[in-house]
Amino acid sequence: MFDGITLGQYYQTDSPLHRLDPRVKLVGTMAYIIALFIVKGWVGYFLAFLFLATMIALSHVPLRFVVRGMKAILIILLITVAFNVFLTPGKVLWSFGVLKVTKEGLVFAARMAVRLIFLIIGSSVMTLTTTPNQLTDGLESLMGPLKKIHVPVHEISMMMSIALRFIPILMEETDKIMKAQMARGADFESKHLMQKIRSMVPLLVPLFISAFRRANDLAMAMEARCYHGGEGRTRMKPLIYKGRDIFGYGVVAAFFAACIVLRVVGL
Amino acid sequence: MAMVKTENLIHDYVIRDEEGNVSGKVRAVDGVNLEVKPGQFIAVLGHNGSGKSTLAKHLNALLFPTGGAVWIDGMKTDDPDQLWNIRQEAGMIFQNPDNQIIGQVVEEDVGFGPENMGVPTKEIWERVEEALKTVGMWEYRKKSPNRLSGGQKQRVSIAGVIAMHPKYIIMDEPTAMLDPGGRREVIRAARALNDVEKITIILITHNMEEAIYADHIFVMAKGKIALQGTPHQVFSRVDEMKALHLDVPVATMVAHKLREHGLNIPEGILTREELGEALGLES
Amino acid sequence: MSLKIDDITYVYEKGTAMSVNALDHISLEIPDGQFIGLVGHTGSGKSTFVQMLNGLLAPTTGHVYWNGQDVHEKGFDRRKLRASVGLVFQYPEHQLFEADVLSDVEFGPKNLGLSEAECKERAVEALRHVNLPEEFWDKSPFDLSGGQQRRAAIAGVLAMHPSILILDEPTAGLDPLGRDEILNMVRGMKEKLRITIVLVSHSMDDVAQYADRILVMNAGKIMMDDTPEKVFSRYKELEAIGLSAPQVVYIMQYLKERGLPVKTNILTVDEAVDEILAHRGELNV
Repeated sequence: MFDGITLGQYYQTDSPLHRLDPRVKLVGTMAYIIALFIVKGWVGYFLAFLFLATMIALSHVPLRFVVRGMKAILIILLITVAFNVFLTPGKVLWSFGVLKVTKEGLVFAARMAVRLIFLIIGSSVMTLTTTPNQLTDGLESLMGPLKKIHVPVHEISMMMSIALRFIPILMEETDKIMKAQMARGADFESKHLMQKIRSMVPLLVPLFISAFRRANDLAMAMEARCYHGGEGRTRMKPLIYKGRDIFGYGVVAAFFAACIVLRVVGL
Repeated sequence: MAMVKTENLIHDYVIRDEEGNVSGKVRAVDGVNLEVKPGQFIAVLGHNGSGKSTLAKHLNALLFPTGGAVWIDGMKTDDPDQLWNIRQEAGMIFQNPDNQIIGQVVEEDVGFGPENMGVPTKEIWERVEEALKTVGMWEYRKKSPNRLSGGQKQRVSIAGVIAMHPKYIIMDEPTAMLDPGGRREVIRAARALNDVEKITIILITHNMEEAIYADHIFVMAKGKIALQGTPHQVFSRVDEMKALHLDVPVATMVAHKLREHGLNIPEGILTREELGEALGLES
Repeated sequence: MSLKIDDITYVYEKGTAMSVNALDHISLEIPDGQFIGLVGHTGSGKSTFVQMLNGLLAPTTGHVYWNGQDVHEKGFDRRKLRASVGLVFQYPEHQLFEADVLSDVEFGPKNLGLSEAECKERAVEALRHVNLPEEFWDKSPFDLSGGQQRRAAIAGVLAMHPSILILDEPTAGLDPLGRDEILNMVRGMKEKLRITIVLVSHSMDDVAQYADRILVMNAGKIMMDDTPEKVFSRYKELEAIGLSAPQVVYIMQYLKERGLPVKTNILTVDEAVDEILAHRGELNV
């Protein structure tokens, strides 16, 4: 039932994208998302598509894993599209009673849909090719300057890394508790809202208790392995830029610049 | 020098009521004296609530004595300056394989301890390789821990501890959540560490068959050491073990009952080979 | 009351490269009154299989019949089936959630739509069957010891009045005393309540002592379905799939190899002792 969520799920393989420094991928993903909102014309979207397709090809991750992340946001996507189609004023193409489909609405909805799809797939490609540890290392390094203003950068990244490690475990646990309560006659399929909320109690209470128990165990295990914060800690996989990373930044910069140019010239 | 030494160790858990006031105390460890020599394989037996897990946490400075003292390799555990030295020398394996793996990839988890200790990058890689090869998990180094079996996860945890180059390892019921195959894997790894690497092992367990290989057994009950000695000595006291709600190995039980039926065979038989010999069968 | 499994298969991630046959053409029947031991190593498919028995999972192909009715046919009330086929998951104490033990046990009966009085009656009766003393009933389940929590959780399923009770590794993580308490309690329930028991375990010593029929699962198939004596006499095959026979079987086998002509289809320590004593004359002691 949780198969639909790939965010935070690393796909194990070896590819040029896997080998890239996580900072490049993080900056690249950010730049890509911003670029999606810069471009306005179809040429721009085509360029964004081309960029994404190249990245997917470079990632060696099977396409079905890449698009799997879409399942989780399908409903949000449909709602967004519906709102835009029906609620954008402009030249009416068809009308069903009060609902009017306008040309502007269609264009706008298509644009939003493309942006959302590219955005989700783009970030999925990053999380599929970067282990959560690399990801947090990357974030920690990129946020490094914030240490000067006393932001607990190391602690934040460690928290994220642990959260990511335990997401699949807690999901499996949710599934197990749900089944155990169903074996006691619990009904999680009720359509009635109040019923639905009430039925979550037998699921959430055990889940929270389990999460706290795991947190306790894990804290103990980390202390036993000499964890005492970021001070004096070395890295097994220190982030050192290599030639390919500089090249990666170059590609991202070129793509970003191209998007700005396309926006300016109105394509 | 003793690897581990406790002197009249006492541990009280403080119970607080809903307002946070102290409403009572539970004495989990009550005056334990023990000594473990370097290179020994020690088993600690006892039923749930006998205080053995609390004792284990004292041997790695995860808990500090309410009374008495604990020395690890000559370092007193309540000396704050020695805390990290103690935790480096004393590795610990816990019961739940999922709740002690921090890394998302096997090799990253094994590197976690050395990273915390400030080991240089190049050496971390050497240690990770050596540790994973020792427990036979090298080929799984790029895998996600979630894809491993329980026994494999525990071996990864053991590798994570070995990579810290400990002098001894405390294993707190490492096999309790595993199937028979997983148990064998973990016990085999523990015995190999003791035999080959000469690492002192303290194994806490419910499973008596795992304890028969130990050099020395401590049996805990109500926070105290109720029985101790070699496996032969401890398991020859079948009635006392039963009174403490503990099992003895099956061969021991068969021999004990045969004795009760008047057969003249010694107490403290541990294996089927010893039973066969005691029955006068040719080997 | 009978449960019939007719040629079921179950495929995870169907149609992908990672698809796994978790269950591979299983057929069997569970008549009333048996004490069945289901053994297999982790990943052999036993957890998937037991979820088929109460309709939590639907087979990819094949059918599950409860009293002759296909449980995945439209209109079949699977909630009723889940009451009749009680499933106690591994570490069942992890499903406790109510403020007190009694309310938690009442959760199942309430879901069946019973009156408050009936729910309470069933909960009280179930708590008595699991030997949890009355002083604990109004306590928070989280203040109980591990073994007590587990018994409370089992009572929660028992209060549904199942005619088949499936327990998935009910002794996992318990010490020898806790293990014996649970297993004796299960046997007592079978005798007193006349319910069918399916005990899922990887401890052969536990299964050997209590079950009268053993199912051995491997790679999604039922590899053996026989009496304990017959199953454990094939201990070499059991070892090949990561299992083992009870310790006494190895002891008797060893003694036989050393020349003592004892029977080796022995399941308990007492039987072993009797058998050795029967050959007293051939011993040199």
